[in-house]
Amino acid sequence: MAVVSGSAEQTVAHTPSTPATPGAPGQTIAIEVVNLVKRYPKATTNAVDGVSFSVPQGEIFGLLGPNGAGKTTTIGILTTFVRQTSGEARIMGIDVAADPMSAKQRIAVVPQQSNLDRSLKVREVLTFHAAYHGIPRAERNARADALLDELGLGDRKRDRINRYSGGMAQRLMIARALMHSPDVLFLDEPTNNLDPQSRLFLWERIQGLNARGLTILLTTHDMIEADQLCQRIAIMDHGKILALDTPAGLKTLIPGGVSLELRVRHAREQPADGASPLLAALRALHGVSKVDETGSDEQDTSGEVTFYRLFAPDAGALIGPATQAVLAQGAELRDLHLARPSLEDVFIYLTGRNLR
Amino acid sequence: MATTTSPTASNLADVAQSTPPTLSLIGGAPRPKHSRLGLILIAFLAIFRRDLAVTAREFIAFLIQVLVQPLFLLFIFGKVLPEIGAAQAGFGAILLPGVVALTVVLTAMQGVTLPLVLDLGFGREIDDRLLAPLPVALVAVEKVLFAAIRGLVAGAVIFPLAWWILGSDYTVRTDRIGMLIGIMVLTALAGAALGLTIGVLIKPEQIGLMFSLIMTPLLFTGCTYYPWASLGSIKWFQILTLFNPLTYGSEGLRYAMTPPQHATVYGHTVTFAISTLATQWIYLGLGGTVVAFFILGVWLFSRRVVS
Repeated sequence: MAVVSGSAEQTVAHTPSTPATPGAPGQTIAIEVVNLVKRYPKATTNAVDGVSFSVPQGEIFGLLGPNGAGKTTTIGILTTFVRQTSGEARIMGIDVAADPMSAKQRIAVVPQQSNLDRSLKVREVLTFHAAYHGIPRAERNARADALLDELGLGDRKRDRINRYSGGMAQRLMIARALMHSPDVLFLDEPTNNLDPQSRLFLWERIQGLNARGLTILLTTHDMIEADQLCQRIAIMDHGKILALDTPAGLKTLIPGGVSLELRVRHAREQPADGASPLLAALRALHGVSKVDETGSDEQDTSGEVTFYRLFAPDAGALIGPATQAVLAQGAELRDLHLARPSLEDVFIYLTGRNLR
Repeated sequence: MATTTSPTASNLADVAQSTPPTLSLIGGAPRPKHSRLGLILIAFLAIFRRDLAVTAREFIAFLIQVLVQPLFLLFIFGKVLPEIGAAQAGFGAILLPGVVALTVVLTAMQGVTLPLVLDLGFGREIDDRLLAPLPVALVAVEKVLFAAIRGLVAGAVIFPLAWWILGSDYTVRTDRIGMLIGIMVLTALAGAALGLTIGVLIKPEQIGLMFSLIMTPLLFTGCTYYPWASLGSIKWFQILTLFNPLTYGSEGLRYAMTPPQHATVYGHTVTFAISTLATQWIYLGLGGTVVAFFILGVWLFSRRVVS
C-alpha cells in the first residue's frame, strides 16, 4: 500500500469471517464490524440484523443491496450518526460508539445528497472543514487548492455552490472529505443521479484514491459500479449480509457458473427422436457437466439453427474442443461465446428478486 | 479499468501516469498534535468562526432584517400615537425597553431556529460540523452562543435607532448600565436556548405554524408594550404573561432603563420610579428559562442528530 497511517494499528493474522481477503497476513484492519444490530425505536424489525465484516486497509469494499437493505444504517453507525443497538463497529481499531471523536478524525463521509454548506464559498467549504479538524491555516489553504485542482474544480472555485451541478457538488464533497486526510472514506451511492461522464470521472478518482492507500466503503445498488470498483462486495438484504466475496467469487455462487454458448446451423436433417449426434458429442467433452439444447425460431433454407449451452467448471477450456465437435459433425458454427453470470444474476439468485 | 481482484498494482501504474500526488492527501499526513481538549476547543472556535464569517458577509442584510420591525414599532407607538393623542406622552420610555427585549429575544431565537429546522429537515448542511472532532452537543452550544451574540448586537443597535426616532422622548437612565447589560445577556441566552428547543422539535413544513402559534403569542404576551404591574385589572392575563420568558426580559430592561417618572399631582411635582416585577423574579425567570431550555434543547439536539 502506498501510504500507511501511523497509529492505532490493529493487525490480525487471518480473517476467517471474510473470505477472499486480498490482503496479506498482518495487514491493518481499517473497518471492523461484529454482530452489528440496529433497531430503530418503534420498528418491528432490525434495520441492521447481525452484520459482521472487516475491511483491510487499502480495499474498496462495497455494500450492495436494494433500498432499505440496511446499507445506509450500517454506514450511519460507522460514521457516528447512528448508535447501534448491539454489536461492535471499529474504525482503525477505534470503537466508534465509545470514542466517536477519535473515529471522526479517521473517517470522511460523502453522502448521497449534497450537504454542502451553501452559506460558504466553494473554497471555504474546504478550508473550514480543515479548520474544524484543527489543520493550520497555511496547510489547509495549500490542501484546498491541491484538491480543487485534483478534482477538476480548480477553475470553478469562485463559483457559488448553488451554481454547481450535481456532479460538481459530488466532487466538491469528495475534496472536502479528503481535507483532513482520513484513513477511511465512506461513499453513499456515489454515482446515483450522475450523468455517464461524471460517473466515469468519479470512478477514476475513486480508484486513484484507493491506489494511494485510501480505504473506501461504498454503498450502491448499481451492479456495474460494484463490479467495476469493489475488490469485495457484501450483498445485503433485510439487514443481513447474504454473501460476501470478490465480484468474481460471488458469480461462482450461481450453480453452473460460466457457461459456453454455441449457435449452430446443422447441415442435414436431425434424427426425429431428438438424439442428435452433436448433442452426444458435446456431452462427451471433457469436464462438461450439463448441456442445454434449445431450438430456434431462426429459419434457414439450408437447415435449422440450434442453441447449445455447455456448463463446466472451466467453460473457457471447452472453446477448442466444442468447435471441433461442431465441425466434425459437419455443422456450421454461427456464434460462440462465454456467458458470465452478472452480479445481477447473483443478486436475483440470492434474494429471489430484482434489485431495482 | 476492468474489474480486478488484485487492483493495487494496476491502479498504482494507472495513477502514476495521470496524477502524481504532490501532497500527502490520504491517511498518514502529519496530524495536528493536540490534546483531546485542545482539539475540541479548536473545532469549537472554528465552527464559531464559520458563523462569524457567514454573518459578517451578510451583516447589512442582517441589520435590515432585525431592525425594520423595531423601527416601525418605535415610530408608530413611540412617536405617532403620542403625537395624535392615542397614547400618552412619554410612552416611548415605557415602550423602548420592551422593544429592546423583543428584538433581542426574536433575533437570538430565529438565529437558531430557522437554520436548525432547515438543516435537520432536509439541507443537512450541519453534517460537516457534526463530523468535526468534538461532541455533537457542543455544536448546539455554539449555535446558542452565536445566536445570543447576534441578539445582543441587534439589541444594542436599537439604542441609537431609538435616540434618532424618539428624539426628546429618548430617556434611558445610565446608572444601572451593569444590570442593563446583564439582563440583555440573559435575555439573549434565553431566546437562543428557546430557539434551540423549538428548532429541534419543529419540522420544515411546520414553519408557518410556528410563526402563528409561537412567535405571535410570544410577541404580544411578553409585556413589550405595557408594564406588567399595569395589568393588575386583568389578573388572568397578568398571570399568563409570567409564562412568557420575554416578560422577564422586558421588565428587567424596564427596571434598568426607565428613569424616575415625574407627574404633577395637585400642583406638586412628584417623582416616582416605574414599578416593575421584583428584580429577583426577573433574574429567576430569565435564569430558569436559560438553564431549562438550554439543557432540554441540547439533549433533544443530541438525540436528533445521533439516532
